[in-house]
Amino acid sequence: MSVIQGPLSEALVESEASTAPERTRPGGLRGEPAWRRRDRRWGYIFVGPQLIGMALFVLVPFAASVVLAFAQWDGLNALSWVGFENFATELTDPLFGRSVLNTLLIAIITVPVGLGLAVIIAVALEKLKTKTLYLILFFAPVVTSSVAVAMIWQQLFRKDGVISGFIANTFHVPPPDWLGDPHLALIAVCIVSIWSSLGLNIIIFLAGLQNISPSVVEAARIDGAGSLTMFFRIRLPLLSPIMFFSTVIAFISSLQTFDTVFILTANAGPDNATRTIVYHIFDLGFGKFQFGPASAASVILLIITLIVTGIQFTAQKKFVHYEDGAA
Amino acid sequence: MTTAVRTVPDSGRQGAAAGRQGTGASRARKTVLHIVLAVAGVAMVFPFVWMLITSFKTLPQLLNDPLSFLPKPFTFQNYIDAWNDAPFAQAYWNSIYIAVLVVIGTLVTAAMAGYGFARIKFRGSRLLFVLFLATQMIPMQVTLIPFYFLMAKLGWVDSHLSLIIPAALANPFAVFLMRQFVLSLPIELEEAALVDGAGRWRIFWSIILPNLRPGLGALAIIVALGTWNNFLLPLVLMNSQENFTVPLLLQSFRGQFGSINYGLVMAASAVATIPMLIAFVIGQRRILNSMAASGLGGR
Repeated sequence: MSVIQGPLSEALVESEASTAPERTRPGGLRGEPAWRRRDRRWGYIFVGPQLIGMALFVLVPFAASVVLAFAQWDGLNALSWVGFENFATELTDPLFGRSVLNTLLIAIITVPVGLGLAVIIAVALEKLKTKTLYLILFFAPVVTSSVAVAMIWQQLFRKDGVISGFIANTFHVPPPDWLGDPHLALIAVCIVSIWSSLGLNIIIFLAGLQNISPSVVEAARIDGAGSLTMFFRIRLPLLSPIMFFSTVIAFISSLQTFDTVFILTANAGPDNATRTIVYHIFDLGFGKFQFGPASAASVILLIITLIVTGIQFTAQKKFVHYEDGAA
Repeated sequence: MTTAVRTVPDSGRQGAAAGRQGTGASRARKTVLHIVLAVAGVAMVFPFVWMLITSFKTLPQLLNDPLSFLPKPFTFQNYIDAWNDAPFAQAYWNSIYIAVLVVIGTLVTAAMAGYGFARIKFRGSRLLFVLFLATQMIPMQVTLIPFYFLMAKLGWVDSHLSLIIPAALANPFAVFLMRQFVLSLPIELEEAALVDGAGRWRIFWSIILPNLRPGLGALAIIVALGTWNNFLLPLVLMNSQENFTVPLLLQSFRGQFGSINYGLVMAASAVATIPMLIAFVIGQRRILNSMAASGLGGR
């Protein structure tokens, strides 16, 4: 799930650390009270289970992934070092180039369209008193497993299916072959990912809108701001911190697209038209047992993730407004 | 928590809304809003509706008249076949008990770590916390291959242990969320107990955990949903059908019975989807609120 990962929390903790005053406990007058000495040990005990889990199940595999990227290994025979050869192989492999391009295309299409729709719907919903039914409708895809989502859409996108039939009958054109046409297949993947994450983004924006203090909105209304002015001058700027975090998270989770392309477009689509980076890693590793190149591709995915996050955090300074400053 | 989605507007807002409601123009605008949202909402659920309709159609109808809307004749046969052809009951049981164990494990260890980071001063605590935040930047897919071999070394491939233990013990996001929730509790809660000589564990168990209930609830929902819908890890790690989770079984079902009889595939999808949708409709308020809270990091 997209909310689980991402640098959202990191940025939040930074802002939180700077605003929350350091809490101090009333200790003994001189020297350390006994409980504080015991406390140190308790600290390690409390963080221990997650610390061990993180070291064993995240850091060790991560280090191994970086190491494997410089080796040739099929999982059975001895490992041999090849230096940067895997990176060279991947960076010149047209299949990998295709995966990177497809992944970035998916991200560049789904993030603005998905978040844009979510903002519009959230603003519309906020004006209504009864919105529970709409929220249920929009959120239902979020609780549905990506596998079921992809299988349902696969039927909708059939050439003799309901969407193609509708388009053919309405516009009097031959029915589009969504999953068979390389260009359409990628768009189909984008449509499905926008559809399945829309509800989550709406919920997050709605929470953000409701956190905007009514006094700001009221003041603007008294000053005679119309609906559009209100949206572009008040709501959107005040929503920008959340927009920003959602963009980062949505972008990073698009970089990890796998389930949809694996099922909807049956193993990366016609002529690898929907092959994504994660599908490429999966295919190299668990399909072809080329663990070295697969690890090199993983490391490149990580680097892309870090670059994207870096760009977005730099852009944050330009676009994000915080309520204190704006109000 | 201040970030929860309020399904009932607060009184000030209500007053403002009532003040505006009088004019005919704003009422007309509201009607337009409702129409637009209803159209969008219907479009959102259309795939589910189509799944249901298709699942009740016979194969001849699907082949001869793929665009017809209503099933005629109406048949339950697809459901009977889907249920008989694949062990859905087993998959449901697997998914449920894995999700329950992951949720319990995550809640306990993440609340512990959150409390440790929020309230106990120990050497390196800041550095370790930064490390936790940094690991969130590593996509799980990046570590997938070594993770698989680690599971193989531990003998956990094709065992549910590989889906439970790492998920319960390594969730930096959960630690971060819990730390935020602990920080929002007033320190006075535990101060008296601490001065009276109560141990840290006692304070955690009988003061912090009960007060953390809203945060734990939100985290439980997020973790349960994430575990339930997880696909890539079970796909890589599980081999035998009796160990499959619901999404994995559904996927393998499509592989076997595939593209020919899609009424059957839609019935299987419905079997995998409908119970979750019902659970969502029942618990929608809690689920939506936890999502809103977590999406904002529990601010």
